[in-house]
Amino acid sequence: MFKILKKEVLNTSVKLMEIEAPHIAKKAEPGQFIILRVNENGERIPLTIADYDREKGTVTIIFQEVGKTTRLLGQLNEGDLLLDFVGPLGVASHFEGLKKVAVIGGGLGTAIAYPQAKKLYNMGVEVDSIIGFRNKDLIILEKEMQAASSRLFVTTDDGSNGTKGFVTDILKKLIEEGNNYDLVIAIGPLIMMKIVSNLTKNYGIKTVVSMNPVMIDGTGMCGGCRITVGGRVKFACVDGPDFDGHEVDFDEAMRRQAMYKAEEKKSEEQHECRLGGIKNA
Amino acid sequence: MNVDWGESRMPNMTLEKVKMPEQDPNIRNKNFLEVTLGYTEEQAIEEAKRCLNCKNKPCVQGCPVNVNIPDFIQLVSEGKFEEAYQKVKQTNSLPAICGRVCPQESQCEHFCVRAKKGESVAIGRLERYVADKYMSDIALKPEKQQTNNKKVAVIGSGPAGLTCAGDLAKMGYEVTVFEAFHAPGGVLMYGIPEFRLPKALVQKEIDMLKFLGVDIKTNMVIGKVFSLDELFQQGYEAIFVGTGAGLPSFLGIPGENLNGVYSANEFLTRVNLMKAYKFPDCDTPVRVGKSVAVVGGGNVAMDAARCAKRLGAEKVYIIYRRSETEMPARIEEVHHAREEGIIFKLLTNPTRIVGTEDGWVKGIECTEMELGEPDSSGRRRPVAKPGSEHIVDVETVVIAIGQSPNPLIKSTTPDLETQKWGGIIADEETGATSIPGVYAGGDTVTGAATVILAMGAGKKAAKAIDEYIKGKSK
Ligand SMILES: Cc1cc2nc3c(=O)[nH]c(=O)nc-3n(C[C@H](O)[C@H](O)[C@H](O)COP(=O)(O)OP(=O)(O)OC[C@H]3O[C@@H](n4cnc5c(N)ncnc54)[C@H](O)[C@@H]3O)c2cc1C
Ligand code: FES
Repeated sequence: MFKILKKEVLNTSVKLMEIEAPHIAKKAEPGQFIILRVNENGERIPLTIADYDREKGTVTIIFQEVGKTTRLLGQLNEGDLLLDFVGPLGVASHFEGLKKVAVIGGGLGTAIAYPQAKKLYNMGVEVDSIIGFRNKDLIILEKEMQAASSRLFVTTDDGSNGTKGFVTDILKKLIEEGNNYDLVIAIGPLIMMKIVSNLTKNYGIKTVVSMNPVMIDGTGMCGGCRITVGGRVKFACVDGPDFDGHEVDFDEAMRRQAMYKAEEKKSEEQHECRLGGIKNA
Repeated sequence: MNVDWGESRMPNMTLEKVKMPEQDPNIRNKNFLEVTLGYTEEQAIEEAKRCLNCKNKPCVQGCPVNVNIPDFIQLVSEGKFEEAYQKVKQTNSLPAICGRVCPQESQCEHFCVRAKKGESVAIGRLERYVADKYMSDIALKPEKQQTNNKKVAVIGSGPAGLTCAGDLAKMGYEVTVFEAFHAPGGVLMYGIPEFRLPKALVQKEIDMLKFLGVDIKTNMVIGKVFSLDELFQQGYEAIFVGTGAGLPSFLGIPGENLNGVYSANEFLTRVNLMKAYKFPDCDTPVRVGKSVAVVGGGNVAMDAARCAKRLGAEKVYIIYRRSETEMPARIEEVHHAREEGIIFKLLTNPTRIVGTEDGWVKGIECTEMELGEPDSSGRRRPVAKPGSEHIVDVETVVIAIGQSPNPLIKSTTPDLETQKWGGIIADEETGATSIPGVYAGGDTVTGAATVILAMGAGKKAAKAIDEYIKGKSK
């Protein structure tokens, strides 16, 4: 069992937890993820390692309450236990020989982009971070990103904070202004990563995206996480989750991500009526 | 006291096996309860009496771990069930499991003298009977052995790992099993379905190991959380790698990434380990639809097809490119699958998976085949019949054409020598690998094989590890 040592509410639907998992904390690197299960009947869901503290033996996860499992997780509190927590899975991000990098986080993707920005920044790389949200209430990790970036740009779709518009607007402007990026790291919704990749392709800037498909084992045994990269089938859990954004078949990935939409709805409805049952009891 | 069996010593010369009670096919294809119900005491004794107790025991040679078959069957016929169990257990650590899943027809029963005229003795069913009886009669209690304070790590908790761990614990070693999944058991838990191998039974075997003092650590992906070197640094004196063959193969035909295409591993893991058949009470879903095509002809394919049927699919096809004689599945599974209404499309080769505009499976295009000349494996090679292309309408496709060893450990242990196809190179008699102190066995060495072979490999390695550690401390 794995203890929740700290819980923090980042915005209405996004929460942060620090989990006691010393073996994983010791090995974790930016770009890797864990798989957890809340209880005996629960699903296994992958979450990116948002941070780790090797001394304290903790792994930080940040999640948005989008489905039954994440909602269930969000209801747990400090001191509660998670049944299963396995990792670190996936290949760590490679950062050798970089001078100037643009790190882009879309919504919750900011939580995944953060450890990458932090590592690069600590390595002495010049980091321009662009983080985008739908509105000001959804902004997360602004302070942390500020501390891990040479420059930070915040956008909101509705202009309620920062620049009104999308992360790509800023990125395009920065590139046009003559910033020479060795690498663009884009992490967020598939559609955002696709648009960023299309943009950077025009400029010939290498772009890495982080894929987060449906997973079960996270060790390469089921193939459920397969995606097409450069015309070849890859298992995101062992070959990734980082891939070359110019090679990923985003349309297929978006389609595959929607595979269990109907079931997710059913599962949540059932969950709500159960909660209702408890409340009424 | 010596019992004089007198008349009853006469063998039962009935040509057929005593039938084992089963659930009716049209009832069981809607539930996940065990298909076969096992012998009663009377049936077991009656069947045991069909054994002629031959001098040269051909059946024993057919058994990969050489269970002393005539002796244990003799004990059954005498009603000495516990002794019979102990006799089996001398060489087979998992009799309740092997009695259910071994391909007896190509092993022990294949060599049975009675099979020359009529059916062989039902060795598998008797093995199962004695094990089930023993397991239901005993109350488990801790029986930790005197420890020798020497630590051994076992990676993977399938039949190979569990057997190796059990044997080492009995010799006094402090054994820790590291398992990647949240539950131990390997394929026995995530692959073979409940209706063929009840999970409570597998759990009981695992509990027995815990009572022997074996420590099972789940959620531990070795190669990621610890490397083999780190395990040695932690004080483990030897390591057994029994990580199985978990990497699914795909056909490499167009359409395999459409929504609704599964590897058998994913489909079965969702259903068995994650209990998708209880969705939405259990959270993991699985997509089945009205009609399903399962590609392949082994046990894995049969299991996937029978699960799909139980999950409510009206039509379930087995699509296999050779003929029934070449099918690697146990005969009993093929027979049960047919009874349950699975449709066999043999000599049929899938060439493309057809999708709807929004990317969901709507059919599988196949070509009919005929058998040509034998290939290197001795099986007649199927060749395509020109102009026989046709589309079978299905909503789900499960690919069950094989698995190979997972490269995770190899990729973080460069010194570990492997075959080109990924199998770890290990000595057949000892399981010794290219790294001193590291042993391997089961599917990770042989490629996808059988429970009994994995178990046998775990046993041999336990013996070799004991000798290795004793030799080291001299
Ligand atoms: C659906 C299906 C049906 C089958 N039916 C039959 C049958 O009827 N009869 C028969 O004899 N055989 C059958 N088989 C084959 C049989 O199950 C296998 O040959 C046998 O289980 C192999 O045992 P093993 O111990 O080598 O590996 P496995 O049972 O595969 O166990 C390996 C274990 O190692 C774990 N692991 C892998 N990598 C790591 C890692 N890096 N760190 C930690 N743990 C790790 C895995 O999670 C797994 O639990 C079937 C197989 C399948 C898939
Ligand atoms: S999650 Fe199963 S192979 Fe990647």
